[in-house]
Amino acid sequence: MKYKSQGVAKLYFTAAIALFLVQVLFGLILGLQYVVGDFLFPEIPFNVARMVHTNTLIVWLLMGFMGATYYLVPEEAERELYAPWLAIAMFWIFLVAAGLTVAGYLLVPYATLAELTRNELLPTMGREFLEQPTITKIGIVIVVLAFLFNVGMTILKGRKTVVSLILLIGLVGLAVLFLFAFYNPTNLVLDKFYWWWVVHLWVEGVWELIMASILAFVLIKTTGVDREVVEKWLYVIVALALITGIIGTGHHYYWIGTPEYWQWWGSIFSALEPIPFFMMTVFAFNMVNRRRRDHPNKAAVLWALGCAVLAFLGAGVWGFLHTLSPVNFYTHGTQITAAHGHLAFYGAYVLINITIISYAWPLMHGREANSMRAQVWEMWSFWLMSVAMVFITLFLTGAGILQVYLQRFTDVPQQFMVVQEKLALFYWLRELAGVVFLIGLVVYVVSFFVAARDAKRPELSAEPRPASA
Amino acid sequence: MAQTFTKSMARNIFYGGTVFFVLLFLALTFDTSRALPERDQRAQLDPNTELGQKIARGKGLWEHNNCLGCHTLLGEGAYFAPELGNVYVRFGNNKEAIKAYIKYRPAEGIPGRRSMPQFNFTDDELDAIAEFLKYSSEINTAGWPPNIQG
Repeated sequence: MKYKSQGVAKLYFTAAIALFLVQVLFGLILGLQYVVGDFLFPEIPFNVARMVHTNTLIVWLLMGFMGATYYLVPEEAERELYAPWLAIAMFWIFLVAAGLTVAGYLLVPYATLAELTRNELLPTMGREFLEQPTITKIGIVIVVLAFLFNVGMTILKGRKTVVSLILLIGLVGLAVLFLFAFYNPTNLVLDKFYWWWVVHLWVEGVWELIMASILAFVLIKTTGVDREVVEKWLYVIVALALITGIIGTGHHYYWIGTPEYWQWWGSIFSALEPIPFFMMTVFAFNMVNRRRRDHPNKAAVLWALGCAVLAFLGAGVWGFLHTLSPVNFYTHGTQITAAHGHLAFYGAYVLINITIISYAWPLMHGREANSMRAQVWEMWSFWLMSVAMVFITLFLTGAGILQVYLQRFTDVPQQFMVVQEKLALFYWLRELAGVVFLIGLVVYVVSFFVAARDAKRPELSAEPRPASA
Repeated sequence: MAQTFTKSMARNIFYGGTVFFVLLFLALTFDTSRALPERDQRAQLDPNTELGQKIARGKGLWEHNNCLGCHTLLGEGAYFAPELGNVYVRFGNNKEAIKAYIKYRPAEGIPGRRSMPQFNFTDDELDAIAEFLKYSSEINTAGWPPNIQG
């Protein structure tokens, strides 16, 4: 760590991992409710558990992005953060707001929460992923604005690199698009149309800029490849991400009341959306193969490569699977969507966060890398979580194919709940894979403690590598 | 990469491509906005009519009880409970059937099975929700869902 203020990222990363744990625990509750319908009912109904699952995901990914930015930007700008105290203050505001919101979900009925927070004054609640009370949404806007100001001033006063510029464009886009969360007309079609400006243009638009720039940063640092080469790749990747992803929004406009021509725009452009993800994979492997140094943090390189591969599989391949409108006619809103959502979020956004955490954490604690033993824990965690998530995806895909066949793609369509009971085997297997995922996450948390303990014993250090290694 | 493809070319593709496709997207959005009145049943939503007020209230109740946390509506939401964009049609174009279904959910659930919570809605509220679901079913969704089961 070259600049002291990079250390604020520690807070963000710690909270991110803690919330990740909460997210996965609630994922297991949801998975069980799929097969044991009355589990925790009526205390924690499915919709409440799902809000906790998706909202903690969003918050911890944002925390991770912010932590990554606070770590990365001073190093790129070659100066201290403009206002480290602001970064710390905003962290606590964000954490308390997120904690209160989740507590609200769990402690009172959602309708009561809506009343208590005066949702009727500016109704924004009750829409998927945007369930947070309006006051929480306003809090998020304030936190993000303060964050952008802090980061923007740091970049403005320091060295401007392509990596920090693309990251900043992604973050500004994130902030601007979130404002559409405040638009909620009675007209359901308009509501849905602009809801996607937040959701789609985040995850298949500006978040890809954030992801690609963090990946580029870690690859520059761990491979020692010339920055010029990395930056050219970065421009091409983010260009393709936006060229395909913006009009690709059309794949959400097939069946929500919007004109039929979106079936053409959406199908063609979203069929191209895998390309930037494939390029990220090629990019990551290319840089590692052409590395000019062997970075002692092997685990970080593994997370980075895994991120590139699984993002391509989850977002690219599983996205393409159901994105063409004639296919989507049958798969829209089924377990196929759930399968894609799980692998895409894990591959792209969970893993990019863990990549930067894995890379930066040892450096923020005064060592270039963790002990080999701690890194082996991390690698076990990578394989356990990744293989488990691939199986979650496969089981949900199996469930989805069967669901589509029995409920839609047949001359004798069966009722939703009748079909759901026939999918129980797949749901049980998914839950089992979910347990393995949790074990993988616990192993990841353990790796931090192993690393901290080994750091006190210099003979275990992974740092002095012989040139032949 | 070959030196013929330079970093500044890549940069220009990024900025040029982004601006071009943002503008194209805005143009398509503009065209969609003009086409929507024919498709989205907005005449029903007039806030000066009793129907319009009812649908608005129904949507508010839909949101305040997080219905989308289990159900899909026009295919979007959670995949735990049935699609409701066409529930009005599935229930025989009968608002009373929808109201009765919501009204008589057991408060403690059904042992071992998924069950909708008991929300204790008043009759007025039930009527507003049913009206909102009827309105949703009349939106022109390009023929989706494939059949009555949603």
